[in-house]
Amino acid sequence: MNTTSPSMAQDAVLQRGEARLVHEGGLHARPSIKVTKLSKRFQSRVWIGLSPNGPWTDAKSIARVMAMKTPINTTIHFAAEGEDAERAVRALVALVEGDFVDTPDDAS
Amino acid sequence: MKEADMSKNVGIVIVSHSSLVAQGAADMVRQMVGDEVPLAWCGGNPDGDLGTNVPAICNAIEAAWSERGVAILVDLGGAETNSEMAIEMLTDKRRAKAVVCNGPIVEGAVMAATESSGGATLEQVRRAAEELYRL
Repeated sequence: MNTTSPSMAQDAVLQRGEARLVHEGGLHARPSIKVTKLSKRFQSRVWIGLSPNGPWTDAKSIARVMAMKTPINTTIHFAAEGEDAERAVRALVALVEGDFVDTPDDAS
Repeated sequence: MKEADMSKNVGIVIVSHSSLVAQGAADMVRQMVGDEVPLAWCGGNPDGDLGTNVPAICNAIEAAWSERGVAILVDLGGAETNSEMAIEMLTDKRRAKAVVCNGPIVEGAVMAATESSGGATLEQVRRAAEELYRL
């Protein structure tokens, strides 16, 4: 179990978002790296999960994100906590919805 | 990515017995992660056969050097011992900033580079390279 998972106590300050994964092959190596690299641009803690209730995976850990082996047509959930959490979630949702075509250069 | 920006990130060195493996792993890093991480590779002995050699590893470390440090991914036996020997030959100041990672050479290189691209420390990069063995 990931000890950095968002707790119920923190729920009020969590930013959340979700996006449908339509990428052929699912969240394989390259899209996983894009998710991780984008997450790392933000100061906030960022999690990724396959349900709104978790379990949550640290979105900044490339090994863990790849290990999820998320298939195509899955709804991916994001949660973030921190000053730039809202921007982080928005950027990640846009990345998945945009089918990983390009990582936004401007995270703001 | 400008040189100045790259120097902010930990460098990745790939050392295989095979130049094809080393080059292929480096290709994966460049294409999957990008060019914001200093990267160098070496493989084979001076005759062009399978093997590793210390001077080539030293050159690769020099090529990928970053003030943030260098993480070395290796395959088998001599790749590790020769990489350790190459680290021994560095200056005292640099020696503390070079580590051999205990992770799979290809996957470890990609994951280490992904971690490095976000500005992680050498210790964080090493941990990312070794994380597959701990999952």
